[in-house]
Amino acid sequence: MRDVIIALCPAILISVLVYGWAELLVLAVSVLSCVLLEWAVTRWMLKKPSTVGDLSAVVTGLLLAMNLPSSIPLWIVFIGAVVAICVAKLPFGGIGQNVFNPAITGRVFLLISFPAQMTDWTPTPGFIPVTDAVSGATPLSVLQETLKSGGTISQFLEANDYTISSLIWDVGASAGELSAGALVIGFIYLLIRRVVKPWIPISILGTMALIAAIFHGINPEIYTGAGLNLMTGGALLGALFMATDYVTSPMSDLGGIIYGIGIGIIVMMIRYFGSYPEGMSFAILLMNCAVPLLNMWFHQKKYGRA
Amino acid sequence: MTQTIILTVAILTVLGLLLALILFWVARKFKVEEDPRIDEVEKVMPGANCGGCGFAGCRAFADAAVKATNLDNQYCPVGGDEVMQKVASILGFTVAKKAPQVAVVRCNGTCANRPRVNEYDGVQSCRVKAALYSGDTGCSYGCLGCGDCVAACQFGALSMDPVTGLPVVDEEKCTACGACTKACPKHIIELRAKGPRGMREYVSCVNKDKGPVAKKACAAACIGCGLCAKTCQHGAITVTDNVAYIDFTKCKLCRECEAVCPTGAIHGVNFPKELDKDAVKKRIADRKAKAAAAAKAAAEAAKAAAEPVQPAAAAEKPVEKKEVANG
Amino acid sequence: MGKLTFSMGGVHPHDSKYARGCAIEELPLPQTVYVSMAQHLGAPAKPVVAVGDTVKVGQVLAEPGGFISAFIHSPASGTVKSIAPRKDLAGNPVMHIEIAVEGDEWDPAIDRSADLVTAIPEDRTAILDRIKACGVVGLGGATFPAHVKLNPAPGKVAECLIINGAECEPFLTSDYRIMIERPKEIVIGAAIMQKVLGGCKCVIGIEENKPEAIASMGAAVAELAYPGITVQTLKKRYPQGGEKQLIDAVMKRQVKSGGLPIDVGAVVQNVATSLAVYEAVQKNKPLITNVLTITGDKMPVEKQHNYLFRIGVPLSFVVEQAGGVPDFAAKMISGGPMMGKAISNLDAATVKGSSSVLYLSEAMTRREPETNCIRCGKCADACPMGLEPFLLNRLYKTADLEALEKNAAQDCIECGCCLYSCPAHIPLLDNIRQAKGQVMGVIRARAAAARAAAEAAKK
Repeated sequence: MRDVIIALCPAILISVLVYGWAELLVLAVSVLSCVLLEWAVTRWMLKKPSTVGDLSAVVTGLLLAMNLPSSIPLWIVFIGAVVAICVAKLPFGGIGQNVFNPAITGRVFLLISFPAQMTDWTPTPGFIPVTDAVSGATPLSVLQETLKSGGTISQFLEANDYTISSLIWDVGASAGELSAGALVIGFIYLLIRRVVKPWIPISILGTMALIAAIFHGINPEIYTGAGLNLMTGGALLGALFMATDYVTSPMSDLGGIIYGIGIGIIVMMIRYFGSYPEGMSFAILLMNCAVPLLNMWFHQKKYGRA
Repeated sequence: MTQTIILTVAILTVLGLLLALILFWVARKFKVEEDPRIDEVEKVMPGANCGGCGFAGCRAFADAAVKATNLDNQYCPVGGDEVMQKVASILGFTVAKKAPQVAVVRCNGTCANRPRVNEYDGVQSCRVKAALYSGDTGCSYGCLGCGDCVAACQFGALSMDPVTGLPVVDEEKCTACGACTKACPKHIIELRAKGPRGMREYVSCVNKDKGPVAKKACAAACIGCGLCAKTCQHGAITVTDNVAYIDFTKCKLCRECEAVCPTGAIHGVNFPKELDKDAVKKRIADRKAKAAAAAKAAAEAAKAAAEPVQPAAAAEKPVEKKEVANG
Repeated sequence: MGKLTFSMGGVHPHDSKYARGCAIEELPLPQTVYVSMAQHLGAPAKPVVAVGDTVKVGQVLAEPGGFISAFIHSPASGTVKSIAPRKDLAGNPVMHIEIAVEGDEWDPAIDRSADLVTAIPEDRTAILDRIKACGVVGLGGATFPAHVKLNPAPGKVAECLIINGAECEPFLTSDYRIMIERPKEIVIGAAIMQKVLGGCKCVIGIEENKPEAIASMGAAVAELAYPGITVQTLKKRYPQGGEKQLIDAVMKRQVKSGGLPIDVGAVVQNVATSLAVYEAVQKNKPLITNVLTITGDKMPVEKQHNYLFRIGVPLSFVVEQAGGVPDFAAKMISGGPMMGKAISNLDAATVKGSSSVLYLSEAMTRREPETNCIRCGKCADACPMGLEPFLLNRLYKTADLEALEKNAAQDCIECGCCLYSCPAHIPLLDNIRQAKGQVMGVIRARAAAARAAAEAAKK
């Protein structure tokens, strides 16, 4: 868990630099409420030894905060933490027992309950000046608006200058979507420390890229290309850090690849045909349901057995 | 708006009816014919599903009972005779009465009696501990103290005594299902007859080591000296592999064995009065003296009438009696 | 050939072979030795001496008690004082022959000279008989009688004899020392076994962290020039020395579940066994000595030893000779830290398979409190048998024997990699060992029932 926190640090650092105090507050409130809630519930309701020491609540708090806009009211952040810890995690038996990723559950709850606040991406003043004026919505939602009003992708790209280089550095989005580069650096750290295996992210992103390439090839004016899809809408944060959560992902490598493919397909279907512009959270939650089944079907190869 | 609501309600109602019909049809189609007596038997069972009878649960027991030709191989230890009579009357069988039983922990290796000679820091499970080694005391046979029996008990009748480190049976709660006897890797817990008003006598030790070894490991060990067996007038005590065992079907609760046991390995419980060891010992000594005198007299009588064969055979009788008393 | 290793799982504990520089010393004889009757896998041996008999070093004390069993010889000369149960390493009573040591008179049939006998006897059965008569058992850990393994069932052909010099357990250095000090004897022993197995090839596998042993064994192989013997460097990875893992590493073949190494044409013997075979066949010396390491994690090197001990010497005597139990020791282990057993009874006697007395400090042995499984899968990655320990642990707790068997609990080799790698400190091995026992019981019961049914059908 400590390694995951370290791996998230680059992305957090950039988000704080870009969004300033507001982002820092969101992070602090999210982490603190997650930790306190876990401590209080285990201590007073479950009367079990506290599991705060394993830092899993901190990770949940960080991931939740990184999925929220910096301008969000802090009480909503707290509600997200309540859902993550007191609904998605502890009732199932605490760490290791939860079926759904707590941070994503919290985020999805907020997204459905407070759609206005959750999609208000008005940037808060940061510590460093950001040259590209960041618009008030994520690129994918802007795009969806454009497409809904009868526009095409080329019109959208003309109106909004999202080049790949700027995607790496900054795109108006939540902390976790801000800098793809920082997320990748963090993930490489996890790979080097052998905390995670690369199969799940590879299969998610690969599937997304493949589907995007096919659809983009069919009609580039309605369907976005692979590059834009991978870099936006929380695809990287989801694929690298949320879908790879030990507890809610399959145990075997093959199971993980199938889980990843499932997430990739669902997320692209939501993006192309659904009403939500992003869909990563829903895709992960849906595939979380399939994990017990995948664990039952796919086992690793055993010695001396065909 | 109103139309939408009406439409929704209508669709849901139709859907509900349709599904109900499907459910009804499936239930009819796939109905499994079962002997109705299984349900009847299950109703009179305790419903604890403890597995003490050797079946997976009460229903499995009922199923087997209905299919069986008699009830000789089945007994519900929890429900006891009462339930068995009911089961028998439903199925038209007869069952013999069985004395109520209770779980008895046959180890007296308290922390005081049995000093720890090493420290166990592994998994707190008797099964795991027993697989690793003989335990953290010098005794290779005694209670391991990790409480597998407590965990196995469905009725909360067992608890670990923190002072002695041994499990304690709550006789009120114990149903003699035997789960603990199966859970104990050392086979220390035994189901014994509850005895009149709960009074019973048992050897609280299973140590098969020779006397000195056993004694070194535990102050309250059975050392297999056989004094109890010699004293018992009812032939209830046998000593095998250096450990005494009291057959509860023969024991008359005279408590003489308890009085003569040099290590206090024999326990008597639920007796109204405390055991006056000296009085009992005196009683035994008197009896022995009397028997010796009788034997002597008989021997003399035999000597006196040495010539004719008939009286000698008659004189042997008291000797024979004495042997029975000793055995 | 490059460095080889097995194909799945494994862990990399620090090798901690601190005693590698300690030359083998001969341990003196105590006043009394206790010879266990259960020193090998299989049925205990049956004593053939009586109380009061005088015995010489190397004299037969007990004969095999079954097909899988072995002869036991006297490690000392003296008088048999008692034949009685005595507590073994784990505190369980086992029949022991107690011998009061008087002098050191050897059986005259034993060649005690240091001359190297390189000529290998021609007669295969004669060699096997010698190995059996000298009570040689596998000294790699399982103490499986060597003559049984070297005499494959009819129809089974050995293609490769693997001499196990991996010594993958941390701390242990006894095999390493004999490979340095007695390489030629080991090679001759290997050549003898090669002969017995019908002239198959022979590979001596040694882990890369023992370059001196590789060099020494390589030189001996080159000098003696027996055909078909090679030294193979293996990667350092635990449990490389596991029989199944070694076969996988050297031959790239996997033994089927429930099968024997010979099914894939392999026979594995430890280097110490090879030395014992040499002594038995060429010197007529039964297995009455072995080498054990006295070591520990916080022990100064000068206090560490590699002792050539007489089998049957009490552990307490070994410990005393090495200067007593050091202060830092929180736990004593016989064997390596991964698979060894904690010593709960210092009075226990050494047996043929004794390989070390290991002192571990509190920090090394402390069990951390168990927390929830977070399904990280580290145990499954570490399992050299490709099992899923987290799953087996869960199934054990629900006592689902059917699923345990389906998920191959019976294949567990009890190497401890899962326990070593678990970040939640779940006692995986302890539980899986229980599960394995239960599943094996089911399998055996089923086999017995099948046999009974077959016999009933015959009638």
